[in-house]
Amino acid sequence: MRAETPPAGPALVVENLTKRFGERTAFQDVSFSVEYGEVFGFLGPNGAGKTTTVRTLGTLIVPSSGTARVAGLPLNADNGVAIRSRIAVMPEAPGLYLRLSVAENLAYFAGLYELPDRRARIERALKAVGLQNRADDLCRSLSKGLRQRVGLARALLTDPQVLFLDEPTSGLDPVAAREVHDLIAALREQGVTIFLTTHRLAEAERLCDRVGIMNTTLRTIGRPDELREQLFSKVLEIRTRAPLADPAAVFGALPGADGWHQGENGAYLLTVTDPEQAAPAAARALVAAGADLLALSPTQHSLEDVYLQLIDTDVEAQQR
Amino acid sequence: MTTGQLSTTRIRAVIVKELRDYRRNRFIAYTMAIMPVLFMIAPIVVIFSLPGDVPAAKLDKGIGLSLLYLTLIPALVPAVVSSYAVVGEREQGTLEPVLTTPLRREELLLGKALAAYLPTLVISYVMYGLFLAFAGLFAHPNVADDIFQAGRILAQLLFTPLLAAWSIWAGIAISTRTSDVRVSQQLSTLVSLPPLAVTALMGFGAITPTLRLALLLGAGLLAIDLAAWRLVSAMFDRERLITGSKA
Repeated sequence: MRAETPPAGPALVVENLTKRFGERTAFQDVSFSVEYGEVFGFLGPNGAGKTTTVRTLGTLIVPSSGTARVAGLPLNADNGVAIRSRIAVMPEAPGLYLRLSVAENLAYFAGLYELPDRRARIERALKAVGLQNRADDLCRSLSKGLRQRVGLARALLTDPQVLFLDEPTSGLDPVAAREVHDLIAALREQGVTIFLTTHRLAEAERLCDRVGIMNTTLRTIGRPDELREQLFSKVLEIRTRAPLADPAAVFGALPGADGWHQGENGAYLLTVTDPEQAAPAAARALVAAGADLLALSPTQHSLEDVYLQLIDTDVEAQQR
Repeated sequence: MTTGQLSTTRIRAVIVKELRDYRRNRFIAYTMAIMPVLFMIAPIVVIFSLPGDVPAAKLDKGIGLSLLYLTLIPALVPAVVSSYAVVGEREQGTLEPVLTTPLRREELLLGKALAAYLPTLVISYVMYGLFLAFAGLFAHPNVADDIFQAGRILAQLLFTPLLAAWSIWAGIAISTRTSDVRVSQQLSTLVSLPPLAVTALMGFGAITPTLRLALLLGAGLLAIDLAAWRLVSAMFDRERLITGSKA
């Protein structure tokens, strides 16, 4: 969708950004950057400050401290109009005028952005979300999923340099959510820079190049696989037909293994530094010990494990 | 893109959207259609009930009352509409997407005000024209002569747009500060009434409606209307409207 070449430098640079509402801190000391063409996931529980961050970067809210550059422009009151003309924000609820048709909704926003070739842009945006045949339908007649798609079409009208999507699949059924995922994936293929806030971890894992996990402060940031490696040691899961007579003797001296324990399902979980070295050695040791080996596989931690690990740590810290 | 000044394209977009939305909003459409008709009934009854030999004081009082009813149209019709302007968008959840566009607050408010203003002027002048036509055709000539006094017509023509503008800015101001449409409409209706005192005093003959006085009062109301636009724009705080908290 994007016609213009983006300016040099990152699409978003946020440095020590903080927002307080009186005594309440919405988010604090948040720093990150997002490159053009990247899909960046912003994860966190309810009340973590995700939406407030989006509203701040979208110039709706004034930060209490810190700095940011949005689409190449410093975030300040003087640049509000210029920043808003370079970005598009799709809030959690698409906020359509239900008494107007799909095309009338889009025409209104095309006027607000002073876009040229409005009719062609509206047609193109509707085609991008698969709604070209619903242009004349009143928005009140559309399902929630279709309204979300109209909201996405509205955000695409301007070919934004940065597209903020705030919980785009919130409240959608699995089929509608999958349709929105497919649309986001298609935008990603076209090189659109997307800042996606969500608490659906599978969504972030599927769509995002990098993710930041937020809980008032930014707890961690990186590629999903990097985060898994940072937070979790590598583990080999070993299943045998019968329990081992002396597992410590089998697993105690394996090269590349740091320790072992038995899981709740009876499997042996071997903590290793190098699975490629440890797995063959474990297989040989098991055979030598006379065990019937049923399965030996590395366990894969999901982004959800990473998320829960970080958020649980925060909860425990608060309880102490 | 326009920078540092108002964009007529964006203002026009707001007006077009508002008029489309009004047309399909039953409450607003019925208010705009029924309220003026109701305010026309009493003036017509009054002027038809005035006999030709009525004393001058009673004649002035009757016509003053009729004209007061007619000035309720530009005062109350836009109050109902404009009080919906911001709080209505908040209730629908449409305000946040609009505020994330390059639209300036002055443009949004001016567009909304003009969208309420234009139909109000058309309705008010059409109703006044019908009233004059009824008076000219069916009222006793003595009564008609009094109604067709230049001072009365001038005051009505001059104050109609100014009263409408006052009601609109008052309605929008209240709409930016309240969180409930009904509260906004009730307060707006109340606040739209004080300027009617001027036209009432003229209509009842307490103030002689000379050209100079009408122009002076008109200029005063115009100054208040322009100041109201600036004041309401300053009251329009994006952060408070979105989060409920002040920046």
